[in-house]
Amino acid sequence: MTLDLHDVSGGYGDAAVVRGVDLRVDRGEIVSVLGPSGSGKTTLLRMIAGLHPLASGHVMSGGRDLTHVPAHRRRIGLVAQEGALFPGLSVAANIAYGLRGVRARRAAEHPTVRHLLALVHLDELAHRMPHELSGGQRQRVAVARALAPEPTVVLLDEPFNALDAALRGGVRGGVLALLREAGVAALLITHDRAEAFASGDRVAVFVDGRVAQVDTPAAIYRAPATAEVAGLSGDVVPLPAALGGGAGVGVRPEQLVLAATGGVRARVRSVLDEGARAVIAVAFVDGSTAALEVSGHEAHPVVGQDVGVAVRGAVVPSPARGL
Amino acid sequence: MHLVLRVVAADPQRLASVLLRPRTLELLATTVGVTVATSAGALVLGVGTAWLLTCVALPGATFWRIVACLPLAVPSFVAAFGWMGVFPGLSGAGPLVAVLVLSTSPYVTVPAMAAFARADRAVTDAAVSLGTPLLRAFCTTTLPQVMPAALAGTLLVALYALSDFGAPALLRVDTLTTGIYAQFTGGFDRSLSAVMALVLALLAVGCLCVEGALRRRSSAQSDARAVPGAARRLGRGGAAGATLLLAAFGAAAVVVPPTALIARLPGVQRYVAEPLDLAIAAATTLAFGLVAAGIAVTAALPVAWFAARHRSRFATMIEAVTYVGHAVPGLVVALALVSLTLAVAPGAYQGPLALIAAYVVLFLPKAVGSARAAFAGVARGLEEAAGSLGDAPARVWRRIALPMATPGILAGGVLVLAAVMKELPATLLLRPIGVDTLATELWRATSVGAYGAAALPALLLISVGLIPALAVARGIRSIGKDPR
Repeated sequence: MTLDLHDVSGGYGDAAVVRGVDLRVDRGEIVSVLGPSGSGKTTLLRMIAGLHPLASGHVMSGGRDLTHVPAHRRRIGLVAQEGALFPGLSVAANIAYGLRGVRARRAAEHPTVRHLLALVHLDELAHRMPHELSGGQRQRVAVARALAPEPTVVLLDEPFNALDAALRGGVRGGVLALLREAGVAALLITHDRAEAFASGDRVAVFVDGRVAQVDTPAAIYRAPATAEVAGLSGDVVPLPAALGGGAGVGVRPEQLVLAATGGVRARVRSVLDEGARAVIAVAFVDGSTAALEVSGHEAHPVVGQDVGVAVRGAVVPSPARGL
Repeated sequence: MHLVLRVVAADPQRLASVLLRPRTLELLATTVGVTVATSAGALVLGVGTAWLLTCVALPGATFWRIVACLPLAVPSFVAAFGWMGVFPGLSGAGPLVAVLVLSTSPYVTVPAMAAFARADRAVTDAAVSLGTPLLRAFCTTTLPQVMPAALAGTLLVALYALSDFGAPALLRVDTLTTGIYAQFTGGFDRSLSAVMALVLALLAVGCLCVEGALRRRSSAQSDARAVPGAARRLGRGGAAGATLLLAAFGAAAVVVPPTALIARLPGVQRYVAEPLDLAIAAATTLAFGLVAAGIAVTAALPVAWFAARHRSRFATMIEAVTYVGHAVPGLVVALALVSLTLAVAPGAYQGPLALIAAYVVLFLPKAVGSARAAFAGVARGLEEAAGSLGDAPARVWRRIALPMATPGILAGGVLVLAAVMKELPATLLLRPIGVDTLATELWRATSVGAYGAAALPALLLISVGLIPALAVARGIRSIGKDPR
C-alpha cells in the first residue's frame, strides 16, 4: 500500500508548523524525512499517524482518505524514538498487543508472534521484560510490534537515535530489511544526514515546514536544489573566485582536487596531516584561498610548493556570503 | 458547602447579629491567634529542621529524616492527650500551640527539605565570592529559593490548625471548631453553628488559595538547573548540638505522647477485661475506611484521568471542586451533611451513609492527587503506540493507562483509609448511635481522663498513621543523595 500526502498543513494554534506538504511513499519503499530539529517533521509524522489534527490537506493510504479516520483505525504503525515498549508486558506480549484475541500469557505461542520474533532474531528473548533488553533489542521489538497487525504504513521517529554508534549500523540494516520484506510504505524521520541517506530509498529534505526536495540520496547530495538542502545534506564550502566562484556558488569539500596537469595554479600554505587524510590549505594568485583534502595514501605536497587545483563535478548552491 | 450557604440564607437577618456576637468574635480571635502562632512556629521549626537535615553533614541523617516525618503519624489530639498524661491539668493556648507546632511541622519540613536540596548553591557561592558575609548571603540567596515551598507548607499548617478540633477541645481552648461543636451538640440553635462553620470555611478557603498561588510559584522556579551544594560540616560540638536538638524534637513530637499513655496502661482494667470493645471498634473503623476508600478511589479515577491528560478549563474546574475537602474542615463538612440529610433524606441522618459521604468528601483529594500523579506518570508515547496498534481510546485506557497507574491509585486508597481511621470531628457528629471507631473510643477515654484506656486505641491510630508518614519519609529519603 502507498502513503500519499496532499497539501498537508497544520500546527499549534495559529502557528503553522507544517505548510503544504506533498509526498508519496510507494509500497515497499522507505523514504527518509531529513530536517533540522524544529523544522516540523515530528508534527508531520504525528499528523500522518492521526495524533495531531490537520489544518488542511489529505492523508491517503492505498487510495483511501484517512484524514478523518481516528488513529486506531488507520492501520499505520508507529515506532517511537526509544521503542515505547509497554513496561508491564513481556517481549512476546508486546508484539502480540495489536493482535486480537491473544492472551498476554500465551503470546509466545502465537504463530504471527513467533514469525516476527524469528524475523528480528529475538526468539530466545520472548519472555524477557522490556527493562531486561538492550537498546537495539528494544528497537527491534518495537518494529516487530508495529508490524504484527499488518499495517499498510509504518512511521519511524528517529528510531536509531538512542542506540550506540557501534550498534546502529547493524540494527538499522536488520530493521530496514524487515520493513522491505513486509512490503509496507515506510517513512523514517531523522535529523541525522548519514542516517537519512543510509536508510532511505529516497530522501525528503524538510525545511521550515515544507519539503524542499525529494530524490535519491545521491541526487540530493550531488545536485541539491537550494542552499538549505545543500547545507543539510552535506558540507559546503564557497568556491574560490580563482576557480570561477561567486556569491551563492559552493562545492562539497571533496570536489576540490589536486590536478597533476592543468588546473588553476596555487601555492600550498599549510599541510595538516590527520593520518587518514591531509587538509591542504592553498592560496591562489588572486589572493583567494581554499582547503582541499588528500587521502592519506597519496603523496602530500609540501608547504610552499606550487600545485594545480581543479573542481570535480557540478557546483552546488551555497548560502550567499560576503567574501 | 452550598448547604451551609443555604442554611445561612434561611435566616439572613440574624446573620449579622450572630457574626458580630462578642462570643463569635472572641472565638474567631482565638482561632486566628492560635493559627497564626502555630504557623509561625511550624515555619521556624520546619525550615530550621530542613536546613539541618539537608545542608549540614550529620551522622545518621537518613534516620533523622524519617524521624522528621513521623509526627505525621501522631494525630494532634493524641499528642495533646499524651502530654496531658505527663502534666496533668495541662491546658490553655500556649500548650495548644506547642502541641500543634510539634505535630504539624512536617508539613513545612518536607517541602523545605526538597527546596533546600534543589536550591542553587552557585548563587550563594557567587555572593560569598563577591564579599558578602556567609549568613547574609544565605538569607539573601538561599532562603528566598526555599521560602515559597516553606510558606506553601505553612499554609497547610494553618489549615490544620484552623480545622483541628480534638487538641483544642482537650486543652480547653475555645476555638471556632469547639464552638461549632458545642453549639451543635447543645442543640439550641443550629444556624449559629452553621454561621460559625461558614466563617471557618472562608478562612480555610482563603488559606488554600494562597497556598495554591505559592505552590505554583515554587514549582515555576524549580525548572532551572541548579548546582546542588555540598553539605556543610559542623565541628564535633556543633554536630552533637544539632543531633541533640533533633532528638529533643523527635522525643517531644513522637516518643512522649504514646509513651505517656502506655505508662498509664497497667493501672487500667477496662480493655484488659474487655478487649472485645476495642476489637469491634477497630473492625468498624477498618470497615468504614475500606468502604470510603473504595468509593473515593472509584470517584477519583475519571477526575484524575482528565486532570492528568486534558489541561482544559473544565478539567481544572472539576479538579478544583474535588479539592473542597482539602480546604474545608471536617466539622464543616459534617455539619453540611447533617443539614443535607435532614433536609433531603431524614432517614439517613446518623446512618452510616452520611458518615461515609463525609469521609469521601473530606478525603477525595488524597485519592485524586495520588491517582492523578499515577496517570501523569504513564508516558504519552505508550498510549499513542497502543492507539497505532488498533486500540480505541477506551481500550487503551483499560489495557495501558489503568494497569500502569494501579499502584499509585491503590496508594491513594491507602492514604484515604489511614485518614478515615484517624478522623475525629466528622465521625463524632455523624456516626450512627452506638457505633464507635478507634478515634471516638479514644475520644471517650480522653473525655473521662482515662489515660491508660486511651493507650491502646492511640497506639493503633499511630500505627495506622505510620503508613502515610513512612510513605512521605520514603519520598524524601533520596533528597540530597542524588546530585541529579
